[in-house]
Amino acid sequence: MLSRGVHPLMADRTPAPDTPELRARWGNFAFTDAWKAKADKAIAKYPEGRQKSAVMALLDFAQRQVGEETDTQGWLPIPVIEYVASYLNMPVIRVLEVATFYFMYNMKPVGKYHVQVCGTTPCMLRGSDDLFETCKKRGMSKGHISEDGLWSLTEVECMGNCATAPMVQINDDNYEDLTAERLDNILSMLAAGQQPKTGTQEPGKHTSEPSGGPSTLKEMVSENHDYRGDW
Amino acid sequence: MPKVTVDGQEIEVPAGATVLQACEQAGKEIPRFCYHERLSIAGNCRMCLVEVAPGPPKPQASCALPATEGQTIRTDTPMVKKAREGVMEFLLINHPLDCPICDQGGECDLQDQAVGYGRGGSRYTENKRAVTEKYMGPLIKTVMTRCIHCTRCVRFSEEIAGVDEIGALYRGEDMQITTYLEQAAAHEMSANVIDLCPVGALTSRPYAFEARPWELKKTLSIDVSDAVGANIRLDSRGREVMRALPRVNDDVNEEWISDKARYQVDGLNRRRLDKVFMRKRGGLKESSWDEAFKAIAKALKGKDKSSIAAVAGDLLDCETMFAAKSLLKACGSTLIEGRQTGMSYDVSNLAAVNFNSTLAGIETADAILIVGSHVRWEAPLVNTRLRKAVKRGAKVFVVGPQWETTYPATFLGNDLALLGNLPADVVDAFKSAERPALILGGAGLAKGALAACLGLVDTLGLVKTDWNGFNALHFSAARMGGLMLGFAQKGGMADIAAAKPKVLLALGADEMNFEPYVDALKVYIGHHGDKGAHAADIVLPAASYAEKDGTYVNTEGRVQYAEKAVFAPGDAREDWTILRALADALDVNVGFDSFAELQAAMIAEVPALGEEGLADYGPLPKADAKAKAEGTIDAYPIKDFYLTNPIARASTVMQQCSAELLHGEEMKEAAE
Repeated sequence: MLSRGVHPLMADRTPAPDTPELRARWGNFAFTDAWKAKADKAIAKYPEGRQKSAVMALLDFAQRQVGEETDTQGWLPIPVIEYVASYLNMPVIRVLEVATFYFMYNMKPVGKYHVQVCGTTPCMLRGSDDLFETCKKRGMSKGHISEDGLWSLTEVECMGNCATAPMVQINDDNYEDLTAERLDNILSMLAAGQQPKTGTQEPGKHTSEPSGGPSTLKEMVSENHDYRGDW
Repeated sequence: MPKVTVDGQEIEVPAGATVLQACEQAGKEIPRFCYHERLSIAGNCRMCLVEVAPGPPKPQASCALPATEGQTIRTDTPMVKKAREGVMEFLLINHPLDCPICDQGGECDLQDQAVGYGRGGSRYTENKRAVTEKYMGPLIKTVMTRCIHCTRCVRFSEEIAGVDEIGALYRGEDMQITTYLEQAAAHEMSANVIDLCPVGALTSRPYAFEARPWELKKTLSIDVSDAVGANIRLDSRGREVMRALPRVNDDVNEEWISDKARYQVDGLNRRRLDKVFMRKRGGLKESSWDEAFKAIAKALKGKDKSSIAAVAGDLLDCETMFAAKSLLKACGSTLIEGRQTGMSYDVSNLAAVNFNSTLAGIETADAILIVGSHVRWEAPLVNTRLRKAVKRGAKVFVVGPQWETTYPATFLGNDLALLGNLPADVVDAFKSAERPALILGGAGLAKGALAACLGLVDTLGLVKTDWNGFNALHFSAARMGGLMLGFAQKGGMADIAAAKPKVLLALGADEMNFEPYVDALKVYIGHHGDKGAHAADIVLPAASYAEKDGTYVNTEGRVQYAEKAVFAPGDAREDWTILRALADALDVNVGFDSFAELQAAMIAEVPALGEEGLADYGPLPKADAKAKAEGTIDAYPIKDFYLTNPIARASTVMQQCSAELLHGEEMKEAAE
C-alpha cells in the first residue's frame, strides 16, 4: 500500500528551513542588473495595479539568478521568496503559495544538473525504470544531490512527451527516445562540460515523428503535396 | 429581478443573487462548507450541488452560479442526493473522524452535514492523509488533519482582517493551510477564523478540552472591551464563563468580535475581589460589609454629606452609574465623572461626541479623515468597516502618529494645526465626496481638538440631508452611557480633584490618577484587584459585566441590554445593591429598592435608555468659527491592545497575547 501525504518519490515541496545560516547567505539577495531588467520587463506586461501577475516570471528569474550564483539549476530560499514578494509589494504567503504549487520551482537546493525522469505510465512502459537505474549508477538518488554536487534526481509526472517516451528533462532541455546507454552518454557529456543534442536521441528522427519514417503524409516529406485530389 | 422555480415553488430573487441564495429564499437548506455570506465565493467544497435547468445535465455548485430568469432548480432529486453523498464521502476520505476528541464536536458543520446528507458509511479502505499541526499563535489551536480546505480562514484574513498571513501551500492532496513560516496570526480579529472553520481544524486554544457545547448555558450579553458594544453570547457552566462568542448583528459587529472580547473572559476567574478589604496600618486587610459601611459613614459624619465624589470606570453599565448618581444626589453632591484620564471635552451637546454616521453607515463613506485615533486598537470592528469603505473606493487620511492600517491610508502628520490648514489633496477628496466623514478619536479629544473638528463640519461639508459624517470614536464601553447620565464635569477630573471630596467612590475606575486624593477616603467598588483596588482604602467586591444585568450604550449611541450569565464569586455583590446598602449606611434615600425600580427611575430621567436602538441626540452644535486646535498628538492612549481593562489584565490569555504578539520581538532580542 502506498503511503500517503508527501509522496516519497516526488520532490519535497516544503521550503528549506529558515535558519540564521540561510538568512546570512541569502538575506541580501537582490536582482542583478540583467535579471532586474528582465523582471521589470515582465512586470510592464501587465496593467498598472496588476503587477502581481508577474510573480511566476519573477520567481523563475530569481531561481535562475540563484542558479548562476551557486552554479546549479537554482532554487528558492525563503529570503529570496521574500525579496520577490517585496519587489511586487505582495504578501509573502501569496508568493509562497505559488512557489510551493509549481514543481518547476525548486524549494530545496539542487545540483548543477537537475535530472527529472518521467515515471508516468507511457515512459514507464517504454523503460523509465532502466533510466533510474542508469542515474543510480552515477550516484544519484531521488530527492538528493549527488556527492560531487553535479546531479539532483527527481521523479516527475508526465511532461507531455509520451510520443517519444521515455524522456528526461535536465535543467531547461528535454532528452527523448532514451535508452539506458543513450542517457548514460548524455550524462557523460554533461559531466564533461559538453552540450549533448537535445530532443529525440533516436538516429534519423527530428522531432516526435514515428521511428522508421512517417507512416502517413509520406509525400509531404520531400515537398509540399496537395492531397485534395486523392479524397 | 429574475424569477426562478425552486422545487416547484416560483420565487423572485434579487438581481445578482446566486442559485444558493435563491434556494435559501425558498426555504430550502443547502449544505455548504466553503460558502459564507460575508466572504468571497470560492466554490471549492462542492457540497452545495443542485440540479439546474437549463444547463448541463450534471449537478452544479449553487454557490457560484448566478440565478437567472426562468431557471428551474431542484434540490430534492435523486441526482442531488447522490451528488451530496458523493461529495461527503470524498470529504470524509481524508477526515480523521476523531469527533470524540475534537472540540468542534457538537457544533461541527461537517458532523451535522455528514449526518444529514452523507451516505452513512465509507467505502475507502486505504490509508488516510495526515498533516502536521501548524502553529498559529496563542489563540488558535490547529489540527490540520481535520482540514477540508474550504479556505474560509484564508479569505477571512485577506478580505476582512486585511492581514495576509494565512495561505494554502502545496497542491492537490498535499495542500495545507498554514500561516507564513508558522508565525502566530497577529491581528486583533484573528480568532474569528475559529468560528468560520466548519470543521475542527481551527479551534480555540484557551478553550481546548474545556467543555462540550451542550453543557453550556448561553446568555446574551454585550462586550465591554471597547465602545463598539459587540453583541456576544456568554457560554457558562456552573459559575464559570467558559467562552464568549459573537452574535450576529449587522448594525454593530456583523458576526465578528475582537480577540480581546473573545478571550478576556478567563480574566473573570482570576484576581477577583471576593471579599471586603480595608486598609489597616498600611495594608489591605479582610473586613466586613458592616465595618466598611461604618467607616464610609464616619468619613461623611455631620449634616453635610455632600463631600463625596464618584468616578465611573470604563466597563460600567448604566444602572450602576445611575445608582451612584442617585446616591450622590441624595447626599447633595454632583461630583460625578467618567472620563478617568482627565479629558474635559465639552459635552453640552452629545451629538458632538457621538459616532453619528453609525457603525454600519461608516462603510458607505467615501472620504474619511481620522483625527487622533488608532482605530485598529481602539475599535477593531470599526477598522474592518473602514477597510470595507476603502475597498469601495474611500480615501482615508489620518492626523496622528503612524500605525499599521489594514488598508491604504495617508498619514498627514502629528500636528493638530493641520486641521485648520488641510493639505490640498484632502480638501479635494472631501470636495468631491458624497459621504465625507471625520472620526475623532481619544487622542484628539484629549488634545482639545473637538471644537476644531466641529469647525470642519461646515468647511468639509460633513452633514448632508441624509448623512451625518461627524464621528467621535470612544473606546470605553461606559462612555456614552456615562455622558447620557451626566458623568462629566466641566473641567473633567481636575474639577473632582479641586473639590477635595472626603469620600471618593471609584466604581471600577482603574485608569484614574489617585494621587490628588491623599486626604480622601478612597472606596473602590469593582471586581478586579487592579490599580484602583491597590490605591483604595476600602475595597467593596462587585460584579463584572458577566455577572449582572445591565444597559450599555455604544459609541454610536446604541442602547443595548446585557443579561447576567453567572453569579459573582464569594462576597461580591451586584454594584447597585452595594450602592443601595451604602445609602442606608449614610442614612439617605435614593428612591429605589429593586433593580426594576432602579431601571424605572433611570429611564424616567433619561428616557433614551429605556429603548433599545440608537438614541437621538439631536443636531450637531453650531461650530465656533474661531476654534483652533493646537499641539501635536505624540501617542495614542492605548499602549497595549490586549491589556486595556482590569479583566483583560487579569487574563492569562491576554497577557500571553501581549507578551508574544506585541512584545515577542523584544523578548527574542533580550534572549539573544
